[in-house]
Amino acid sequence: MGLMRQGIRTLRNALARREVSATELVETAFKEIGDDPLGAVLAMDREASLEQARAAQLRIDQGDASPLLGVPILHKDVFVTRAWPTTAGSRMLEGYRSPFDAEVVRRLDQAGMVCLGKANCDEFAMGSANQHSAYKPSRNPWSPTRVPGGSSGGSAAAVAAGWVVAATGTDTGGSVRQPASLCGITGLKPTYGRISRWGMVAYASSLDQAGPMAGSADDCAMMLNAMAGFDQKDATSLDRPEEDFTRYFGASLVPAQKHDEALPLKGLRVGRPKEFFAEGLSPGVAQPIDSALKTLEAMGAVVVDCSLPRTALSIPAYYVIAPAEASSNLARYDGIRYGHRAQQPRDLLDLYERSRSEGFGPEVKRRILVGAFVLSHGYFDAYYLQAQRVRRLIAMDFDSVFESCDFIVGPVSPTVAWPIEGRSQMDPLAEYLADIYTLGASLAGLPAMSVPCGFQIEDSLRLPVGLQIIAPRFEEARLLAMAHAFQQQTDWHKQQAPAQTEKRGVAI
Amino acid sequence: MSWEVVIGLETHVQLQTASKIFSGAATRFGQEPNRQAHPVDMALPGVLPVMNRAAVEAAIRFGLAIGAQIAPRSVFARKHYFYPDLPKSYQISQYEIPVVQGGRLAVALADGSQRVIELTRAHLEEDAGKSVHEALDGLPANCSGIDLNRAGTPLLEIVTEPVMRSAQEAVAYARTLHSLVTWIGICDGNLQEGSFRVDANVSVRRVGETVLGTRCEIKNLNSFRFLERAIEVEVARQIELIEDGGRVVQETRLFDPDRDETRSMRSKEDAQDYRYFPDPDLPPLCIDGQWVESVRASMPQLPEQLRDQWTVSLGLSAYDASMLVQSRAHADYFAKCLSVLQERKVLVVVDSELGKALVNWMMGELANHLNREGLEISHSKVSPEQLVGLLLRVQDGTLSNKIAREVFADLWAGAFANADQAIEAKGLQQIQDTGLIESLIEEVLASQPKMVEEFRAGKDKALNALVGQVMKRSQGKANPQMVSDLMRQRLD
Repeated sequence: MGLMRQGIRTLRNALARREVSATELVETAFKEIGDDPLGAVLAMDREASLEQARAAQLRIDQGDASPLLGVPILHKDVFVTRAWPTTAGSRMLEGYRSPFDAEVVRRLDQAGMVCLGKANCDEFAMGSANQHSAYKPSRNPWSPTRVPGGSSGGSAAAVAAGWVVAATGTDTGGSVRQPASLCGITGLKPTYGRISRWGMVAYASSLDQAGPMAGSADDCAMMLNAMAGFDQKDATSLDRPEEDFTRYFGASLVPAQKHDEALPLKGLRVGRPKEFFAEGLSPGVAQPIDSALKTLEAMGAVVVDCSLPRTALSIPAYYVIAPAEASSNLARYDGIRYGHRAQQPRDLLDLYERSRSEGFGPEVKRRILVGAFVLSHGYFDAYYLQAQRVRRLIAMDFDSVFESCDFIVGPVSPTVAWPIEGRSQMDPLAEYLADIYTLGASLAGLPAMSVPCGFQIEDSLRLPVGLQIIAPRFEEARLLAMAHAFQQQTDWHKQQAPAQTEKRGVAI
Repeated sequence: MSWEVVIGLETHVQLQTASKIFSGAATRFGQEPNRQAHPVDMALPGVLPVMNRAAVEAAIRFGLAIGAQIAPRSVFARKHYFYPDLPKSYQISQYEIPVVQGGRLAVALADGSQRVIELTRAHLEEDAGKSVHEALDGLPANCSGIDLNRAGTPLLEIVTEPVMRSAQEAVAYARTLHSLVTWIGICDGNLQEGSFRVDANVSVRRVGETVLGTRCEIKNLNSFRFLERAIEVEVARQIELIEDGGRVVQETRLFDPDRDETRSMRSKEDAQDYRYFPDPDLPPLCIDGQWVESVRASMPQLPEQLRDQWTVSLGLSAYDASMLVQSRAHADYFAKCLSVLQERKVLVVVDSELGKALVNWMMGELANHLNREGLEISHSKVSPEQLVGLLLRVQDGTLSNKIAREVFADLWAGAFANADQAIEAKGLQQIQDTGLIESLIEEVLASQPKMVEEFRAGKDKALNALVGQVMKRSQGKANPQMVSDLMRQRLD
């Protein structure tokens, strides 16, 4: 225990120095995960993981210095994999095996990362608590009575528990940032199009974006180096020159300004949108965020008040656009070619109706219904087109703030992780409203991160709070450097969740 | 009370690209089921469509050929409906902003007149797969299969304005369109394999009425004959219905050629809500002027242009010229004949016999042989070089038309390399020796005193008989014109 929590560089050095082997790491991880008391993992295959570990070890032995070589990872179960089943957390795809790997999986495989299996998630990535997985709910390692957030909840829980050093996630409306915040890890949603969507089970195509989830900005940057890049298989992929996302680490973030060790953020203007600090933000979250802003100021940044006036509109806009696209993307699950098919259908219509009724869970059905409604004849203009207009206005709000600010900061989630036996089961609207701070960057396609910045003590539980940092399009390198600088000054990201034992899992 | 018929056509043209419109799978016809189905075509989880540039170029070619607007920015939309052969449960098509906008096609009608048909639009979309209801190996009875080989084949849907006024006009348009899309190389034109499928929107109204009548759409007509017949019976049905006091209901109908009728497939009330919206997986299709120009530079001369060129430069009739441009292969054959003539320093000038003769041979003897063996002109067994060689021997009087046809048959059969060889081998040189012909004339006059008398008595027909006798004695080899001239001289 411990190695997985010390980050990719430390682990990689240990591998290089033969202090540990890639296969030992797999064995250790399997032991740690045990019978998965956090419900974080959906598919594991020791032999498949060991095979990858042996291949990685061979490369290490041959002196290959690739930075991710031999480092264990979990893939969110919306990335299709040949070696593991891919279910997207849905009964619809129970046992489904893809004939090809997602581009993200392929790239990380090529970089030598060793996949330990597939991380649990909300069904088809729809949810903010990871309670909508058809297989099992995920739990938060800081308190197994609490949700880990979602939809990349399994990824966040496994990293926070120290079972694995890093995981992939996907973020459509906050699904990387919010579980990262609730589990106290670092997560990045890059600019839309930065990482190929090829092989990602689609939820809302115009918003879906893969991202790294790990213990630090440094780890995320190294992962992003391997994950990002143009892919001709994805027509929305950004065709931009390759870049090293760690290149601003320890350097000035302001062009033509000398780096100041004492004031590493000198000259940066950081926008504090008043809408992110209005009613609805729990005081227990506001306090660590305010302290984080003070830390940024102490590091030389200037925090300025700003406004994103359409913040509240991002919720209805998102919950029209995302379900519209989802209703379309999920239409292919019809029981004809693969996936769940109803037994003994009477006729074609019965086959469709029962296959889909049986295969999809309630949250997915809810969004399909909403989506089909807003796209239907006579409602399209009033809902879908209107939401697209709002989306453009929201993007313009961000643009105008970025005219005078380098970054925008605020909370990720209005609250810390909430109890599993709580609102997420009762009220979908409450779950939707909790996405208020993450939806804007999603709708605008901007890169955004969650960085651990403190804890709220609630019911004598110590629950993590994440600081959201939003950057202009394509500015991941500066964004990561800013987060990295913050993590050089603070140790929130190094705090460790209590050890997960099987006993503890059972005791819930 | 007289009726006016209003027809608009929607034609699905399968584009002749090597791979599918959004995946890398091949588009060949008749492969084993599902052997040409890429994960994209099967709509597996995680796949994404990527636009095939060759399909876009085909659309640009078509747009240029009909003088349409090529949209600098067009949008792909998803059209949703559930059907087992539609893997994504939506079809990617273009809805509000198509790639080709407007345009017109000049159509020659049977009476020699010309009609210009206005087009509304042409848009790119993907074809669906096929449901297979025949018994399948390895599947229980009563089981249908899905073959996704065709799924994702690029289609250009070409839509006309409702401007045609008869089944004959509609067929003339469809034939012209068919010839154009094969001419510019974007479609193989194979109707049996479904490469060219026509839907007809048909309505009727009383003459003088300005508002369109309620239309019915007849789906999937894959032969010109069926198109014509389907429209005719549908028009008759609608007129009878209205005259009997009924009302046409907007619906989709199918033509049943066996029963010679159209049948209702689904009415407008069952019309599905396709829930169109812009496909978020595909950025708008942007076509800049440079792309259009590079496609323009690669365009062949169009049938209309060649037709006009040949009527002016060769003095061919409009009809003859339109026969030559019925297909790219015909035009190529004719053009090759012209260039062979040019190589042999023979110029085909305006209104020369040669031009007309060439057309006659192509449309006569050559077409007959091709038809007999079911061959396309591109596979003709008589090459343009051979045809021109033969024609020149007719032109210089070496061969009579009758014998030239025999030589043509020999060339077709591959008996000789060219006409000159045939003439040599068969001793077919014409007798053009005046002395020899005169001596034959003397022989005939001596043996036919009665005919000579009849001629002198004023019966011109007798001259022909005498000439015929001379020809017979020469075994057909004497130059008929010389025989005729010399005979007249001798008798006058």
